Amino acid sequence: MTRYLAGRIFQAFIGLVFITTLVFFLVRLTGDPARILMSEYAPLELREVLAERLGLDRPLYEQYFSYMGGLLTLDLGRSFSGQPVIDVLLARLPATASLAFASLIVAIVLGLPLGILSAVYRGSAVDIFSRTVALFGQSVPAFWLAIMLVLVFAVILRIFPVAYSQGIESYVLPSIAIGWAAVAGIARLVRSSMLDVLDSDYVLMARAKGLPPTVVVVKHAFRSAIIPVLTFGGLVLGSFLNGSVVVETVFAWPGLGKLTLDAVNGRDFPVVQGAVILIAVFFITINLLVDLLYAFADPRVRYR
Amino acid sequence: MTMLTSAIGARARSVVGRAGQLPIVPLVILGALIVGALFADVLAPHDPLKVELTNALAPPFYHEGGTMVHPLGTDELGRDILSRLMHGGRVSLLIAASVIVIGGLVGVPVGLLSGYVGGLTDSIIQRAVEAVLSLPTIMVALVFVFVIGQTYLSIILILSPFVAAEIARMVRGDALAIRRSNYVSLARVAGASHLRVILRHILPNVAGTIIVVATLQVGALILVEASLSFLGVGVPPPTPAWGLMIDGGREYVATRYWLSLFPGLAIVVTVLSINWIGDWLRNVLDPRQQML
Repeated sequence: MTRYLAGRIFQAFIGLVFITTLVFFLVRLTGDPARILMSEYAPLELREVLAERLGLDRPLYEQYFSYMGGLLTLDLGRSFSGQPVIDVLLARLPATASLAFASLIVAIVLGLPLGILSAVYRGSAVDIFSRTVALFGQSVPAFWLAIMLVLVFAVILRIFPVAYSQGIESYVLPSIAIGWAAVAGIARLVRSSMLDVLDSDYVLMARAKGLPPTVVVVKHAFRSAIIPVLTFGGLVLGSFLNGSVVVETVFAWPGLGKLTLDAVNGRDFPVVQGAVILIAVFFITINLLVDLLYAFADPRVRYR
Repeated sequence: MTMLTSAIGARARSVVGRAGQLPIVPLVILGALIVGALFADVLAPHDPLKVELTNALAPPFYHEGGTMVHPLGTDELGRDILSRLMHGGRVSLLIAASVIVIGGLVGVPVGLLSGYVGGLTDSIIQRAVEAVLSLPTIMVALVFVFVIGQTYLSIILILSPFVAAEIARMVRGDALAIRRSNYVSLARVAGASHLRVILRHILPNVAGTIIVVATLQVGALILVEASLSFLGVGVPPPTPAWGLMIDGGREYVATRYWLSLFPGLAIVVTVLSINWIGDWLRNVLDPRQQML
């Protein structure tokens, strides 16, 4: 287990170095970042001042090491607004994290029962309904769903707020818009995983013993069926990050997604760079946790 | 013995049943969409870029004040929505098709190589594939467009690696299994070269997987492309793109819902048809992968 753990953490570390290096070179490969940041009509002297301030006049390896060194101390440079980038990012993190959490709850609460029911009652009306939901989940763009939810529930019915406000009720519409796509994924995966398990010998054995069907489904089948669903967790959170950019835009949600889009539009490069790095760190950490959880749940993984 | 034969019978019946149920509805819808997009120049009632401010925000035909001149109404600049939808479909399908072709040309050989050669080559390729697949597409595309610029080509180039990685991952899984099969060993014993084994024995057997993955990726790509145009980093305006149209209608949603509704429905119907066909293909071509 220790060896597996160490290997996996080392892999995650390599992944981080890879992504941060990629971001570093990407910016510089496309030419002079000062030119991307400023209009091409900006006077040359002004561009040179900016280049100096960003340290772009130094040799590449020097820039690289000071950039990587900065990352170690969480120094991501300063936003064009003057604030340290790390502060700007951390201020926006809670809004995105809490929305992702709410979306996960939506996805699980709706997806898990749908998947289980459609596996247990295979071929029935429940199954067909759940498969239809799954097909729709993968076909509806989150941002459009968000706008339509606003139209129906905020503008016409006036049940939920149109945009972000402090209260819990403002989470309802955006978390449905983001979580919807994952409902389909979770339901599909739980269904196929449950079907495999329901056909297995030990489930047959449990049934033969005369255990009540609910116990067999919940205790015997579901426990092993959930393992593949765990790995899906990483992917689900990835889809939430995708969803968060567009959905946060619709609801004026003060999170990382909207921050990144605003920074892109405002050409605030240090913030864009910082956001990408933060998201990559978030991603790699989630994937690491999922893998460790997986190893914990399924002992075979550790001895592969 | 009876159980076995009945199982085989059921299997044969279900294969016939699966192939027999051609998904007519999505095929017809998709066919109409493709014709509408390809021949938008001829079929569209108006020029999608023609601004007519005196006739801005006209309602669709079923509404009071709506006419059949602009069946789905006009947008805030008086441009015909139906014509823009048809031209927008062309943008979506063109981008998705280009990305699939590039992704396939890169992903298939990489996946075959990874699965057939195995060992260190496989490990390195798989780590790279995992790294690409673990990135949030829209977030990354947002930043890349920012750096590279907002053109058709840049959007195609940004989305291609994601598709290539997905195709490579699936092809590799199949190639790995087929490599160990008896007929591959026999072909090798009979003196077939590695290249011949890959092209003659492995590629035809992964073709089904490639078709299924490519189809499902088209649906996903249309959604991503729409999201990027919605965010203002997709194809540059005034090109009619579905995502851009939804964004344009957003501020009028309370009074003129149709501005956002129709382009959204166009996306849903298109992607739904493609995914439906993809699911059907999966059932027909590759029963092992059946998830639904």
